[in-house]
Amino acid sequence: MKMTLRPLVLVALAAGFSALVLGSARAGGSHFFPPVSEPLVREECGSCHLAFAPSMLPAASWRKMMGELDRHFGEDATVDPEIARKITAWLVANAGDSGGSRYGAKLLRGVDAGAAPQRITGLPKWVREHREVPDWEWRHKEVRSKANCVACHADAERGYYED
Amino acid sequence: MSIRHLSLIALVAAFSPAFAATPLAAQLTAYASAARSENPAFAGFSAQRGEVLHRTEFGRGKPDSPACASCHGQDPRQPGTARSGKRIDPMALSVTPGRYADPAKVEKWFKRNCDEVLGRACTAQEKGDWLSFVASR
Repeated sequence: MKMTLRPLVLVALAAGFSALVLGSARAGGSHFFPPVSEPLVREECGSCHLAFAPSMLPAASWRKMMGELDRHFGEDATVDPEIARKITAWLVANAGDSGGSRYGAKLLRGVDAGAAPQRITGLPKWVREHREVPDWEWRHKEVRSKANCVACHADAERGYYED
Repeated sequence: MSIRHLSLIALVAAFSPAFAATPLAAQLTAYASAARSENPAFAGFSAQRGEVLHRTEFGRGKPDSPACASCHGQDPRQPGTARSGKRIDPMALSVTPGRYADPAKVEKWFKRNCDEVLGRACTAQEKGDWLSFVASR
């Protein structure tokens, strides 16, 4: 009896363990941010820069940003008002403190409730995670900008930001 | 000679069935009639003038973008790089065949980019010349 149970227990243990590992892999640990799936948002927010995952900022940030598109990091990025309304609704619904909180909660640690930070690269957690990147790497001609995630995170377009 | 030559090319392009049916051809026709009302002496679009426009350093928009070529590169068959570091697909129609299929999108980018390079809206003549340039490459 004992002899036949033991392999079963082992199998059960192994299954339980892999379920745990797979579960966190699917959630991506703290380095997975589901990429923008909405075609309209991909098109309008992804032509000048990577279409940043909505879970990387709180809803208040997206509302503020979409209200100031005429002064968007030094560019006039205005879009048709009806398009802007749809984009805002989608970003807000999937923000890091709403629909996307299981992905964005860690990145948004240290951000005051109700605050509307505009730069993902200014979030306390982002700054901590990138503190070891030397200045010359940021200035590299293939990088150019801290917003150019894919220069180092090869899988950023698919949502993965492991090292 | 050159103007007659160019109008001939425009005529051939407009009446070749494959081209005539495209949204780009329709947009060029619309720019042509706008250009005619901007300037009664309008004598067609020129890919050559479009190329000069593409490379000219106007320097009247953003400091980062004195010319179209600042971001798009001198050769429209090659990719460019946005200020954010993101790659811009080549502008040449032969390399990126899906481009210029949506007139509203074309207008959106003329509005943004002419402002950033020339510090003003582009004229219909300029838009048509530039589109003729990238469509010919």
